[in-house]
Amino acid sequence: MPTLTLVQAVNDALKTAMRNDDSVVVFGEDVGPKGGVFLATEGLTSEFGEQRCFDTPLSEDGIVGTAVGMAMNGLRPVAEIQFQDFIFPAFDQIVSEAAKLRYRSGGQYTAPMVVRTPYGGGIRGGLYHSQSGEAYFCHTPGLKVVIPSTPADAKGLLIASIEDPDPVLFLEPKALYRAVKAEVPEGHYTTPLSTLRTVRKGTDVTVFCYGAMVPVCEKAAEQAAASGTECAIVDLRTLLPLDEEGVLEAAKQTGRVVVVHEAPRFCGFGAEISALIAENAIEYMEAPIARVTGFDTPFPNTLEHHYMPDHRRVLDAIEHVAAY
Amino acid sequence: MERVLATDGTLVAEDPALSPERLRELLEHMLRVRCVDERMLKLQRAGRVGFVGTAKGLEATLIGSAAALGGRDWLWSGLREGGAALMRGLPLAEYVAQMYCNANDTAKGRQMCNHFQHKGSHYPSWSSCIGTQIPHGVGAAFATKQRGEDAVHGIYFGDGATSSNGFHSGMNFAGVWNVPAVFVCVDNGWAISVPSSAQTASESYADKGVAYGVPGTEVDGNDVLACLGAMGAAVERARAGEGPSLLVLRTYRMLGHSSSDDPSKYRDDAEVSAWAARDPIERFERFLVARGVLAEGERASLEAELLAEIDAVIHEQEAAPPMPLKTLVEDVYAEVPRHLRRQYNAFIAVAERHGEAQPGDGAFPL
Repeated sequence: MPTLTLVQAVNDALKTAMRNDDSVVVFGEDVGPKGGVFLATEGLTSEFGEQRCFDTPLSEDGIVGTAVGMAMNGLRPVAEIQFQDFIFPAFDQIVSEAAKLRYRSGGQYTAPMVVRTPYGGGIRGGLYHSQSGEAYFCHTPGLKVVIPSTPADAKGLLIASIEDPDPVLFLEPKALYRAVKAEVPEGHYTTPLSTLRTVRKGTDVTVFCYGAMVPVCEKAAEQAAASGTECAIVDLRTLLPLDEEGVLEAAKQTGRVVVVHEAPRFCGFGAEISALIAENAIEYMEAPIARVTGFDTPFPNTLEHHYMPDHRRVLDAIEHVAAY
Repeated sequence: MERVLATDGTLVAEDPALSPERLRELLEHMLRVRCVDERMLKLQRAGRVGFVGTAKGLEATLIGSAAALGGRDWLWSGLREGGAALMRGLPLAEYVAQMYCNANDTAKGRQMCNHFQHKGSHYPSWSSCIGTQIPHGVGAAFATKQRGEDAVHGIYFGDGATSSNGFHSGMNFAGVWNVPAVFVCVDNGWAISVPSSAQTASESYADKGVAYGVPGTEVDGNDVLACLGAMGAAVERARAGEGPSLLVLRTYRMLGHSSSDDPSKYRDDAEVSAWAARDPIERFERFLVARGVLAEGERASLEAELLAEIDAVIHEQEAAPPMPLKTLVEDVYAEVPRHLRRQYNAFIAVAERHGEAQPGDGAFPL
């Protein structure tokens, strides 16, 4: 089995999907001959031609708007937004159009499409190359929101997203693009959406996380284990529609919960996890639910390593919850 | 500005040489639009339908232009193209069901009134957001071209939409991709209460095409033959792979933006009566009578027939069954996900206790 970085796994997924289905097209800014600013689309134009992987004018609204029309007329568009921070001109097309099309047309028209975009901090990108905007989109019925944290999941989840009958926002943790190499199965396979991944088993505290926070939580869990606290780590993988049963089951197993994300705290995805558990499993809780998140500020630049939750802040929350 | 008929119905350009049957069809389609609008306004005032955005005064723009589209072509609509959908195959019963937003509506009553769709004739509904359908039409036209098919995409919007993101990105992408599309701007002079002078500093909306490498043409929108001719040329150009065009059909919205709007607050009666003298149906009627295709006074009997047909359909739609409650959570995704099943089940338990559920409304299996 080959070992790939996460961004190479994305590239492998795109090639696999395009070989499998002629209706899959990939487009966005600089995705053609250049292969994308992170090289996620490297080699696609040369293999599949410029009718299937191509550059667009510099307009996120146009990229996603035309993707909706392509999807309505038989293509499987995979649109790239260069950084998630630049997605907001396309917010209307994602929220008002792609996500609502099936519902508003009574199922007559659908938008099977994927919007891929790198998100998150850790690359010294400042306010506008670092944000985690997942919560905006998770408030949008009709949309699916998927975030991988490993190369194998990046490939399996992306192929599943491209084959899904509904629009998917696929958020790629850019901090992990080249952080690790891991084994990725060759050829076509899918990782089902709306399923959790148990990263680590443990009986004392359950840590919920996703994307670039997964390795941070793993490091914190290793340190906690050294002092006798065994953490379960759950990678949510699909935020919408969420595997709510899986979250509740994992929370009940330990009765002590920490939720970690790098997005701001207020109305962040951790609030939904916390409320879900409080509403459905509060009688199992041995301690208040803790959230470790980014600050409720714009994303900083020079102090980004303090803004993003690190293993020390996660460990502090684990210890606090375990000792309660 | 392209024109075939003067206001008095005389020819001022080359005779398009349409058959008498074709000429009469165009008149009937325009009359149907006006008659349907008239009935819908009555129903709105009677509290039977919630909202009407009429096409009174605009009939030539939508009938003339859409008549140049073939069965495999697409029509990407805005608020006022419902009459074109009727001409292209939307059954009148579905039109009225959509106005009632009832259980016979193909959109399952989920959109407010005046948001028609007809998949069989490639007519998706608009969303209500202005201009968002423009890049959809461009993307769909890209798909058509990529597969080597020869359908053309007519993309409709109003003058106000020329200020939207969708207009800019749609026109720009269409120009760069050279897709088979025709942009149809129905310029009725007013975006609700905002006149064109407050919408753009361009002399004409057609000038905007220059920036995108898309040729723009102004057409007399109250002249059905001019609309048909200009659209026919643009459609053939697109079908031949020569690229997109922008047509600006200049017309006037005789009534308010919608049944909720009082236009006397923002525009002069003199302006309205000047445009009333240019009525598109009267102009075409004069032409047909002079040509001997229509008898003097025949219009009244055509209208009576249309109204009888419409009234019969309205009567049927009054008897629509109640909306199944499960449509609350269906069609959000291809399959109803577990969280929506749970939300529905909690809701239906309360509805059942209050005796509001019908057979078939019961809980989803979990």
